[in-house]
Amino acid sequence: MATLEIKNLHVSVETEQGTKEILRGVDLVIKSGETHAVMGPNGSGKSTLAYSIAGHPKYQVTKGEILLDGENVLEMSVDERARAGLFLAMQYPVEIPGVSVSNFLRTAKTAVDGKAPALRSWVADVRTAMEKLKMDSAFTERNVNEGFSGGEKKRHEILQMELLKPKMAILDETDSGLDVDALRVVAEGVNRITAENGMGVLLITHYTRILNYIKPDFVHVFVAGKIAEQGGPELADRLEADGYDRYVNA
Amino acid sequence: MSEATKTAQHGLSEHSHGFGVPIQTRSERPKSTKLADFEEISTREEQWRYISADRLGGLDKDSLDEFSGDIDAKLADGFESSWIDSEHKLFGAAGIPEDRVAAAGWEAAKAAYLLSIPSSVTNSAQSIVTITSISADPAALHIIVEAKKGSNAVVVLDHRGDATLSENIEFVLEDEAKLTVVSIQDWNASSIHNGAQYALLGRNSTLKHVMVTLGGAVVRMTPSAYFGAPGGDAALYGLYFADAGQYLEHRIFVDHSAPNCKSRVTYKGALQGAKAHTVWVGDVLIRAAAEGTDTYELNRNLLLTDGARADSVPNLEIETGQIQGAGHASASGRFDDEQLFYLQARGLSELEARRLVVRGFLMEIVQQIGVAEIEERLAVSIEDELERSAK
Repeated sequence: MATLEIKNLHVSVETEQGTKEILRGVDLVIKSGETHAVMGPNGSGKSTLAYSIAGHPKYQVTKGEILLDGENVLEMSVDERARAGLFLAMQYPVEIPGVSVSNFLRTAKTAVDGKAPALRSWVADVRTAMEKLKMDSAFTERNVNEGFSGGEKKRHEILQMELLKPKMAILDETDSGLDVDALRVVAEGVNRITAENGMGVLLITHYTRILNYIKPDFVHVFVAGKIAEQGGPELADRLEADGYDRYVNA
Repeated sequence: MSEATKTAQHGLSEHSHGFGVPIQTRSERPKSTKLADFEEISTREEQWRYISADRLGGLDKDSLDEFSGDIDAKLADGFESSWIDSEHKLFGAAGIPEDRVAAAGWEAAKAAYLLSIPSSVTNSAQSIVTITSISADPAALHIIVEAKKGSNAVVVLDHRGDATLSENIEFVLEDEAKLTVVSIQDWNASSIHNGAQYALLGRNSTLKHVMVTLGGAVVRMTPSAYFGAPGGDAALYGLYFADAGQYLEHRIFVDHSAPNCKSRVTYKGALQGAKAHTVWVGDVLIRAAAEGTDTYELNRNLLLTDGARADSVPNLEIETGQIQGAGHASASGRFDDEQLFYLQARGLSELEARRLVVRGFLMEIVQQIGVAEIEERLAVSIEDELERSAK
């Protein structure tokens, strides 16, 4: 049983116009097995929340706390956070030329577990996970994210999530750029992994579409750097009907 | 600081006045075994565009000693070694200098270390020649490797120690010979090395040449391949890793003068640290007689940190349209903060992330070597480079 606590989180970035505060006091608690959807208009700070939890150096935490099972996440380096059980499925995964997917996955698994996986079971695990995500086996010989389509990039992120078995996963607009078929495959993957591993999920999205496939336990509406409203899945239905105008113009 | 640099550059260029029309085509570049036939080094000359004479440790002067270090040869069965004097017909059989420093070394070396591979060696037997320099006084060394008709062998030339060395190495491949050469420059940090290498390929012969440059303050390697007869195949690979302050230059010349020959040039370099500087120039000349030529050259550089500089210049000169194919590619990429973040977000430390990327990038070349003990040592050397610079 794991708990991710975000308390009064304030985050700024440096821009050409000076320091800009993006998150203005975010409070959120996610427990194992729970799926929280964070929804909001563009520019509301949703992705900043995702990157701040993962520890991207661009984002400066000026106030507040992030705790994973009581441990201070903000004192950890990016890789320490990953090893502690946090996982960020990126919206724009970058290319790593010269590094094959197979090599990358094994290296990441070794880093996260602190020991190399047993070769035979590892190969089988990778193959099984790829079959479930409807990925061709030749995929592992390609270089990480190099020449991947949008759908391939997202499946590759979910594949990593499945193999690394994090305690908490943050999915940053994983639905963007996916057609309906790819969205279904990716969503099924997330549901399966959540069920199997009891993982907590923070699902960041602009659109309600993905919520037809991944049922959130909680929905948080994010506006201007903080949570403006929260509720159950019914809140998503209301957003589907009314949009964000009500919050933005409030 | 910049003012001082400017003055020095200006002084240099003054000496270069009156040189006449610069050489426009690669085939007209002068060749000579005599230092006096070459002008003083100037950054206005194409060959010396990136490095000034004062960083060459006196190798451009006529005062070089003969090499006084050790040559330790672990020769496979059938290989023969000896010293031959400069009157021997093999002196200059594969090629002669195209620049002043190589000519200085040529003139100063009165004898050459000859490694001979007889036709009876056909099992890709491996010989390792370790060249250890112990003096940093400017010196000259000449090596000739002769691969007799139909032979098939591997020669590793491993350079170590403290050196200021102008070296000429010739590879003479007779008809149908197959020769793999691995030239490793793993000098101590303050060493200066200019290595001119010349390969002459006989009819239907095959050369695989792997250049590995890791250690040394200034290392400038100029491998050339000449096709003396039709049907030759030259594959030139290279890898280099420049740390802070290191200058590593590779100038490749492939001279297609005979028909139906094939060449591939594949060089990859990694750079890390302030003022790490690499230069790669790949000249491929397809002469009018070289119909049916098939050539491709590629250079890739990976900059791991800010403050490093990689120059990459492919030149392709084609004098006949009757060719199979000719192409080149050059690209220098940066290992950037976003790539680092991505890998760290998957649990890799910064050093592990760099290691993964550099290994993936350079191992393709290491694996071309095919000599297990050398491949293992180089894998370790590359890791050491990474750790050293990561601090």
